Order: sequence, then C-alpha cells, then structure tokens
Amino acid sequence: MEAALRARRSQGGKALVPYLTGGLGDWQTALAAAADAGADAIEVGIPFSDPVIDGPVIQEANDRALADGVTPLSVLDALGRLDIGVPLAVMTYYNIAFRFGLERFASVLAERGVAAAILPDLPLEEAGPWAEAADAAGVETVLLAAPTASDERLARICARTRGFVYGVGLLGVTGVRDELASSAVVMAGRLKQMTDVPVLVGVGVGTPEQAEEVCRVADGAVVGSAVVRQMLDGGPAAVSELVGRFRQALD
Amino acid sequence: MSMAEPVGGLFGDFGGRFVPEPLVPACEELEAAFRSAWADDGFRGELNQLLADYAGRPSPLTECHRLSEEMGLRLLLKREDLNHTGSHKINNVLGQALLAVRMGKTRLVAETGAGQHGVATATAAALLGLECVVYMGEVDMERQALNVFRMQLLGAEVRSAVSGSRTLKDAINEAMRDWVATVENSHYCLGSVMGPHPYPWMVRELHRVIGDEAREQCNQLLGSDPDVVTACVGGGSNAIGIFSGFVDGDAALVGVEPAGGAAIGRGVPGVVHGSKSFLMQDEHGQVLEAESISAGLDYPGIGPEHSHLAAIGRARYESVTDDEVVAAFELLSRTEGIIPALEPAHALAWVSRARQELAGHSVLLNLSGRGDKDVDQMMARLVAETSNNGDDGRAG
Repeated sequence: MEAALRARRSQGGKALVPYLTGGLGDWQTALAAAADAGADAIEVGIPFSDPVIDGPVIQEANDRALADGVTPLSVLDALGRLDIGVPLAVMTYYNIAFRFGLERFASVLAERGVAAAILPDLPLEEAGPWAEAADAAGVETVLLAAPTASDERLARICARTRGFVYGVGLLGVTGVRDELASSAVVMAGRLKQMTDVPVLVGVGVGTPEQAEEVCRVADGAVVGSAVVRQMLDGGPAAVSELVGRFRQALD
Repeated sequence: MSMAEPVGGLFGDFGGRFVPEPLVPACEELEAAFRSAWADDGFRGELNQLLADYAGRPSPLTECHRLSEEMGLRLLLKREDLNHTGSHKINNVLGQALLAVRMGKTRLVAETGAGQHGVATATAAALLGLECVVYMGEVDMERQALNVFRMQLLGAEVRSAVSGSRTLKDAINEAMRDWVATVENSHYCLGSVMGPHPYPWMVRELHRVIGDEAREQCNQLLGSDPDVVTACVGGGSNAIGIFSGFVDGDAALVGVEPAGGAAIGRGVPGVVHGSKSFLMQDEHGQVLEAESISAGLDYPGIGPEHSHLAAIGRARYESVTDDEVVAAFELLSRTEGIIPALEPAHALAWVSRARQELAGHSVLLNLSGRGDKDVDQMMARLVAETSNNGDDGRAG
C-alpha cells in the first residue's frame, strides 16, 4: 500500500482511495469498476454489528450486508479471488479481528492478498498486540489521526502507522457534508509537517471539489459514504461514474 | 483484596480504552479531571452535600421480616429505590455532572435503557443548568413511555436510536457518535461501569457509597458482614457499587443477569463500546442482541471489572428467566409492600430460587430501583395472563 501511494506522490499525483462495504450487492464488480475508474487503492469494509464511527449511509450498507449473511471470512475469501490491480485495505472494528484471533486474522489477510488493515476503534495505546501480529504477517496497520490530538500525539501516531496516516477530517462520524470542514485542511497540514508517510484525509470528504480542496495539502483522500451511497442507489456503474469524477478532480 | 484504581485502565485482562482516535484525548482529559476532583476535598464535599440534601442519602437498610420467614433466610434490602429519581443512578450522575461543570463542559450526552439513567442525567442537568440529550432505543421508548415524558419534563431532548436492536446497546452507539462530533463542549455521562477507561473506574467510585453505607449498616444490624451480597447486573453499576463495600471481606458476591442478556453466562471475551469484557457475540464477532423483560438489563456486555471478579473467582454470576423475575416482582410487592423495579427483581428471583442453598444465611440485596416505571408493563402482562387462564385454564 505505502509503496503504491508513495509512487503516486513522487509522480506528482494525488491518491484516491474509495471505500466500499464488503458483501453489499455486487460489490466485487464495484471494486473492479472503482479500480478501472482510477482508484489508487481501495478500502473494503467488513461489516460489524456496532459501527460506532460510521454515519447513516455506511450503517445502512453494513446492516444490509449483515442481513444477507456476510461474514468476515466470506469477504476475505472473495478478496483472495479478486485481481483488480490495486492494493486493498480492509476496514473493520477490532472485535472482528479479536474474535478471529489476531495472528490468524493477520495471516488470513496476508494470504488473501490484503495489504493493510484499518481498525478505527483501536487507538495507538491499544494497538500493540494487533500491530505486532500484522507486522509479522506483512500487513500494514493504518492508524487514524484526529484534530483533537496534540502534536506530540500526532508524532507518535505517524511513527507507528504503516501504509499511510489516515487524517480524520472533522470531529464526527463518516458521512457527506455540504462543505469541507476547515479542520480537514488543518489536519492535513499538521500531518504533512510531521511525517514523510503519505497523508490521506477521510471522513467528511464527500465531493470531487472537497477532495480537490483537501488534496492541495494532503497526499490523497479517502472517500467513503459518497461512494457507498452511489453503490446503494445505482450499483457498480454509479460507483464507476463517481470515482471517475473524483479522479478527474484530483488530476 | 480491595478495589484499587485499575492500572492502565485494566482490571486483570479486562477493560482498556478501545475508542475511535478523536475520543482518546477526551478520555485522557476526563481521567485527569476525575483523579484531581476525587482527591479534592472541595469537590467531594460538594458532591456529598448534594447526595444528602438533594438525593436523600444515606439510603436505609430494610430488613424483610415476612419474606425472610417465608424463604427461611435473613433478607436485607439496601434501599436505592428511595433515592431521588427512584434508583441508584443518581449517585453516578451527580458526580459526573459536577465534574462536567468543573471541566467547563456545557452539555451532557447520555444513553438510557429503562430510562432511569436518562431521568437521572436529565435531573442533574436541570439542577446544574446544563443542556442534555439522551439517546434511547426505539423499542425502549415504547416500553418506558413514562420515563421519556419525565426526561422531557426535565428539559432534556430524547432522541431515538433506530439502528440494530433499537435497545440499550444501540443507544450507546448513538451516544458515542454524538460525543465524537461534540467532544469539545459535551461530556458523555455514561450510565454504567462500562465503556473506555476511566468510566468503569470512575462510575464505580461514584457508586461505592452504596457499599460503604451498606457495610456500616450491616455491621450495626448484624454485628458483621452479611453472608451473601447480591445485585442484578446489566452493565453492572449497582452491583459494583454494593460489591465494593464488601470485596475485601468474606461475603459471597453474586451478580444476577437476565437469561436473555447473560454476558458472563453465555458470552466470551470481546471488545465493544470501549472495553474488553465478556460479551454475547456470534462465532464471527458480531454482537448479539440481548432480550429480557427488563429494558435496563438488555445489554449483551458487562462492565470489565465484573469479568475480572468472575475470572478470579471473587464473584459468581447467575442468571434468571423472565418468568422468575415476574414472580419475584409480585412476591416482594405482596410480602413487604415494596414494588421493586424489574432489574433488582432479578436478584430477588435468584434468592428465591436458591433459598435452600441460602437457608439460615443473611443476604443483602441491592434494591437498585423502584417499580413505578414498570407498573404499566406488568399490568399488561398480568392482565394478559389472567385472561389466558380464563380462556384455557393454563398458566400464562
């Protein structure tokens, strides 16, 4: 993951990382469509019963996928069979990995070709056992950085994150807002001053214009709810169309 | 053993601080603020004054003569039902509300199951002039309509949680989502000994007044600790409160869970809502929905210190069915003139079932709340049972 994002940056480009919920409708087709439309990497959500950092759109996607009987392993097995030419990260909550067994979860991710994991309810202080297991399996642990953190804390987060550092654009749950929060650009700037690791900003980045705005400072953007909304309403074709517009805006 | 501050937020293998990154600084700030306040005689004095003059502490210890004779044991009730707002919840809430003011926060966010914690939070917010938003599962709002109105009367806004099982666990999810977005001016007034550090420790400290008072009262009445101390457990705040007075002695500690929400009885360790503890979950790590007659205990997890007390064998956890709870609710009403909340009726249901094992022993039960809020629900159930009996002659 980190190699791909650094390569994009060294070519003078901005990284685009859309998010899709694993197990939602024809999601595998949507992943391929997003890759074809210009995603540099894709974040795949493994549905969890209690997604506390997610807003209504991703909750809806999550609930639908769970109602369809999706399991963590069914998502991971499907990822193992996919070959879409961009690195994949899984985003899920810590209990999924904990229940799986940390070492087993890390090795299954590696075997299925998943490059990185994002566990948003696993902050730096609790990340040790998972990060060790992930390091050993060759899986990158992406940590979140938030506007509420001190510079000292941000420095520690940047030192431990792998793949990229995920700057949280605003205080709030995932979801599309009318305007980019001023905190998003500030977050990107603070992180950029601090680290050479690629800085991507997500949460509250919902339109191509907002992505372009935050990427004047950040190395890239993660786009979740907007993409999932397209998937819920229009399926893979709508996802492809939206990702294409984000790509254009960032280029 | 005694109940010390958990080192690093851990009770043995349980606890911790598993929260989204934006909330970590808020938890650190809260931990520091509580530690400083708890060591400050001025803060303690102000809280004790409110507990006495506003909440009505100390709560009495009542010996149940008729019911004791019927069951062949010596039953004592710690009367948290007589506190202002009708349950033990006020102890915690007054402490957290004072702390919020001390931290410069202007708004309280809370979750509620049966509505008791929501009512208590709305009360403290009214008393101290704070804005208050309470999240409550849609299902619980129907079951506890009276408490919804009570919170509104107190000036709180009640928001329904419409996701998942639409009960307490979903109300907690919504409260955490609110707190992520409002952390700069809001304090999350969590209602049980669960959640991320420092909540399990802080809420225990705020409820230990129950156990400290009860121990002194028992020693005066019995000349010793009781043989058994029992309380109902959802998240487990009233149980931790009363256990904390006796944990360093010889009394047996028994937590009673609803059969449909038995985290220790049916769960395995997991991580949700900020801490690692026993949790009802499926093989994939999806949290299961709890189901019981009592909205206040409809929670698939349990506070981490209970998991620790169970793991080291200092406390044991039993579970009872809804039918046993209904029988206990009627039993206490009829024999002692005390209508209990459905939550502590769980503890009485266990005492009633275990009466042979407990014969001749003294049993202290934390009567954590009064039953006014449950009377509608029980009336509907008992009337339905009576009419079923009339139709086909079988017990309902």
